[in-house]
Amino acid sequence: MSTARRILAQLRHDPRTVAMLLLLPSLLMVLLRFVFNSEQAFSRAAPALLGVFPFIIMFMIASITTLRERTSGTLERLMTMPISKLGLIGGYAMAFGIVAVAQVAVATLVSVWWLDLDITGPLWILLVIAVLDALLGMALGLFVSAFARTEFQAMQFMPVFVMPQILLCGVFVPRDEMAGLLNWLSDVMPLSYAVQALTHVTRSADFTGSLARDLVVIGGSALLALVLGAATLRRRTP
Amino acid sequence: MVNSVVVDVDGLTVRRGGRPVLREVRFRVDRGSVTGLLGPSGCGKSTLMRAIVGAQVVESGAVTVLGLPAGDPGLRDRVGYATQNPAVHADLTVTEALRYFASVLKAARTDVRRVIDEVGLTNHANAMVGQLSGGQRSRASLAVALLGKPELLVLDEPTVGLDPVLREELWALFHSLAARGVTLLVSSHVMDEAARCQRLLLMREGRILADDTPQGLRERTETADVEHAFLKLIKEAA
Repeated sequence: MSTARRILAQLRHDPRTVAMLLLLPSLLMVLLRFVFNSEQAFSRAAPALLGVFPFIIMFMIASITTLRERTSGTLERLMTMPISKLGLIGGYAMAFGIVAVAQVAVATLVSVWWLDLDITGPLWILLVIAVLDALLGMALGLFVSAFARTEFQAMQFMPVFVMPQILLCGVFVPRDEMAGLLNWLSDVMPLSYAVQALTHVTRSADFTGSLARDLVVIGGSALLALVLGAATLRRRTP
Repeated sequence: MVNSVVVDVDGLTVRRGGRPVLREVRFRVDRGSVTGLLGPSGCGKSTLMRAIVGAQVVESGAVTVLGLPAGDPGLRDRVGYATQNPAVHADLTVTEALRYFASVLKAARTDVRRVIDEVGLTNHANAMVGQLSGGQRSRASLAVALLGKPELLVLDEPTVGLDPVLREELWALFHSLAARGVTLLVSSHVMDEAARCQRLLLMREGRILADDTPQGLRERTETADVEHAFLKLIKEAA
């Protein structure tokens, strides 16, 4: 709890970052709308990207923030104090979760009310999926920052971990048209399930078993990445 | 009396990057004492301090703190530690940063005010940590170590870059803490700080060269100050 409060206080001192966090996905959606220049084409691609944009942004924010905690020595100091690793990571998740909810809410509302995004399913499911997506990006960012020694490396993990997921998640080519190996890769990447769920909500109002399974996969992957992220924290270092 | 030994380092050897940094280090520190750890930079002072707070992977030997192995969960709110590089969140105000560490340590809220006054940052309580001068920042870092009721303080170069008046005040603070039964281990590479300690450990190349009172050291080496005593000991050892 105190960690979450501290991270939000840090963000408060950086209004430019807050503004970018809240508005960036929305601005990208606006850009996308004008690029497509047709409501139908926009409505086909937009839901998937509503999940992808926050995923990317939260991945970057989370990996840089944790890396800074490591390089500034504050992590080493915290690790000599009575705080549990899961408690610390949980604090991160809570703070960035709040940011993710705000970010996704703004982007979704802008898309639906202003850009005339047409969705058949209920709006709240779209919101839930997009928030889970942002949380997944955050959790992955936390996890991979353990393997980066510098901010240069952390930045480059973005293309390594994020781009393949975007290429294979079904936004560019439908997943069932991919070659065997690519299809398999797509199957093990959590973002694929997010895009699948988002597409489902756009087309149908039914809450089906496969939608429930997709949600469980995304949430489960986020949770797993958080636990793995906590496991990379070391009280003793060489 | 077993209880009076606060730190017991027994045959401690540490390697970092294949190179021995500490070799068979052995010493004890009694309760309520101020022990100075002196030596040139790179002699292993910081590594030794990290081993005592349980942040360092050790190769062999034992470090016992307050009767428990170093780094034991039971020690995490009993040992205060300030690293050489000020480990305080730069994007928070002094008060916010200390409030966070205080809540992690479950220290009283009034503690934040107290430690800010103790390190002489009262006029900067609402300044951003990142905008403080180097000396002010290291005092903010020292303030974190003073939160709660630490029985042992491990302070890595706490007085670097401070003006003589502040240095005087901090040493007065250290001695008043020791008078209350707190044990202090303070490192410095400035030899003229040595005279302020009750006991000195002179380190060079991962070994303890001398373990004596400042006066005992001067008498034994027939020198006027610790700097010359140190030089003489190095020559004798060679």
